[in-house]
Amino acid sequence: MTAQRSSLDRGYWVFMVPGALALLLVIIIPFLVNVAISFTEWNGITSPTFIGIENYERAAHDKTFWLSFKNNLYIIVSMTVIPTIVGLLLASFLYDYVANKIGKTAANIFRAGYYLPQILPVAIAGVVWRWILQPRWGVLNWLLGLVGIEPQNWLGDADIAIYSVMGIMVWFQIGYPLVIFMAALQRVDPELYEAASVDGANWFQKFVSITIHQIRPEIFVVVLMTLIHSLKIFAQIFVLTRGGPGRATMVPSYFSYQNFFERANIGYGATISTVMTVIIVVLTILFIRVQSRQELQEAL
Amino acid sequence: MIARHPLVVQRVNKALALIFLITLLIVMLFPFAIVTINAFKTPQEYASNGPLSLPGGFYTQGLKDFWKRVDFTNKLINSTVISVSVAIIGIGLALLNAFALGIGRVRGRVWFLILFLMANTLPQEALAYPLYYFAKYLGLYNTRLSVIIVLSVIQSAFGTYLLTSVFSTFPREIIEAARIDGANKLQLLTRIVAPISRPTLSVLFVFFFIWTWNEFFLPMILLVSTSNQTVPLAIAVLQGQHNMDATTSSASALLGILPCIVFFLLFQRTLTRGITAGSVK
Repeated sequence: MTAQRSSLDRGYWVFMVPGALALLLVIIIPFLVNVAISFTEWNGITSPTFIGIENYERAAHDKTFWLSFKNNLYIIVSMTVIPTIVGLLLASFLYDYVANKIGKTAANIFRAGYYLPQILPVAIAGVVWRWILQPRWGVLNWLLGLVGIEPQNWLGDADIAIYSVMGIMVWFQIGYPLVIFMAALQRVDPELYEAASVDGANWFQKFVSITIHQIRPEIFVVVLMTLIHSLKIFAQIFVLTRGGPGRATMVPSYFSYQNFFERANIGYGATISTVMTVIIVVLTILFIRVQSRQELQEAL
Repeated sequence: MIARHPLVVQRVNKALALIFLITLLIVMLFPFAIVTINAFKTPQEYASNGPLSLPGGFYTQGLKDFWKRVDFTNKLINSTVISVSVAIIGIGLALLNAFALGIGRVRGRVWFLILFLMANTLPQEALAYPLYYFAKYLGLYNTRLSVIIVLSVIQSAFGTYLLTSVFSTFPREIIEAARIDGANKLQLLTRIVAPISRPTLSVLFVFFFIWTWNEFFLPMILLVSTSNQTVPLAIAVLQGQHNMDATTSSASALLGILPCIVFFLLFQRTLTRGITAGSVK
C-alpha cells in the first residue's frame, strides 16, 4: 500500500487542522496547565507559588484523600461488580430462556424496562431518589412504616449513606451491561449450546464455559468502561449527599471539586484530579489494548 | 403424580420466571411511576393519603408553579440550543478528523486515535479549573457558548475514534472510482463519504445530543446564572437550595424525566442500534 502512495493520497492532514487545534486548546493545554497547578499553592486570586511535590505528599498523608478512594471502591462494587454479574445472569436468562420459552417480545420488553433508568441524566436520577429517600415524607420510609420498620435517614446517616448511594447506582447501572451482553449473545453460535446439552452439561456449566467464554471481549469492555465511569462519579454525589454526612460518601471527584471551588485550594484540587487522571489513563490504555486486538488492528 | 409431569413443571417454571422478571421490572420502574403519580397530587392529598394512592384529580398546579419558578421554558431552550449545537459541531469536527485518519490514513494515525480516545475518557475535573479560568479571562464565563465549545470538542474526540474505525473499512474501490472521475478531497468528503455514512452520523447525532443534555459537571462549573442553566442543572441545584414540599419536589423530578422519555421514544431505534456500537463490533 505505502509503496503505491501517490500525490493524491497526501494532504489529508489539512482536514484534521480544526479538530486537532480544538483538541489542543480545549483539552491538551488545560490538562497540562492543571498538572502544572498541582505543583503550586494557589488560591485562584493571587499568583500561584511553586511548591514542588508538596501537594502530593500532603495527599499521601491526608485521611480524606484516602477515604475518598476507599469510598470509590464501594462505588465500583455498585457500578461495576454487581451490574456486570447481574447483567450477565439476566442477559443469559432473557436471551436463552425467556426469548425461547416465553417469547422474543417479552424478552425485549423486560430489557427495555430494565434499561430505562439509563436514559436519565445522573443528576435527575439523583433528584428522583432523594425524593424517595427523604426522611420525613419520603416514599421508602412510608412503605417501611406499613410493615412496622423504623424510618431511616437514608442519606443523612453516616453509617448507611454510602449503601444508599450504592443501591441507587445499582438501579441506575444494571441496564447498560444487560443491553451490551444481550447484543453480544447474538454472536454466540447456538450449536455450541446444543452440543453442550448433548454432552450433558447443566445450565451453570454452559453459562460458565460457553456464555462467559464467548462474550469475554464485551465483558472486558463493560468492566473497563464502568470502572472509568465510577471513578468519574460526581453528579450523583453532588445531588444526593455532597460527600456527606461528614465525609461518609466523599469521592475523589467531589473532593477535588471542593478544593477547587469551595475551599480555594486550587493546587490541591489539581493534585487530586491529576491522580484520578493517572488511574483513568491506565484503564484507558488497557481498554485500547483490548480494542486494538479486535477492532483497530483489523480496521487500520 | 400430575405435579411431576414435565409439562406441568415447565409451566410452573415459566410462571416463576415471569413472577421474578415482573417483580424486578416493578422495582426498576417504581421510581418513575411514584414520581409521576405524586406530581399530580395536591400537598394535602399527599399528606393525608400518602405516596402510593392514585391522585384524586388531575392537579397540575404543582407542575405549573415549578415551571414558572424555574422558568422551565428557558431551561428547555438552553438545553436544546446547547445540545443541538454540540451535536452539530461535534460531528463536524469528528467527520473532518476521521476523514483524514480513516480515509486519508494520515501518518501517525494510531497515535492520534489514542490521543482522541484519551481526551474523551479524561476526568473533567482535570480540565475544569483551567477551563473555568480561561473562560473568565476570555469573557466567555457564564455563556452557553463556553459550554458548547468545550463539550463539542470532548464529544468530537469520541466521534473521531468511532468514525475512524468505521471509515477504515470504507470500500476503497468507491474512493478510487471517485478519484478517477476527478473528484478532489473535499468533494470526496462532501459528496461520497459523508452521504454514505449518514446512518452512522445520525446515530452519533442522537448520542451527542443526549450525552450533552445529560451533562452536569462542566455546565455547572461554567454556567452560574440561572438564566443560562440547563434542565438537569437547574433542577438539581434547586433541589439543594429550597426546602420544597413533597409534591413540588416530585413535580420537579417529573419535569427532569419527561424530556428524556420523549427522546427515548423518539430515538429508540437509533439508540438500540447505537448503544453497542462503541463497545465491540
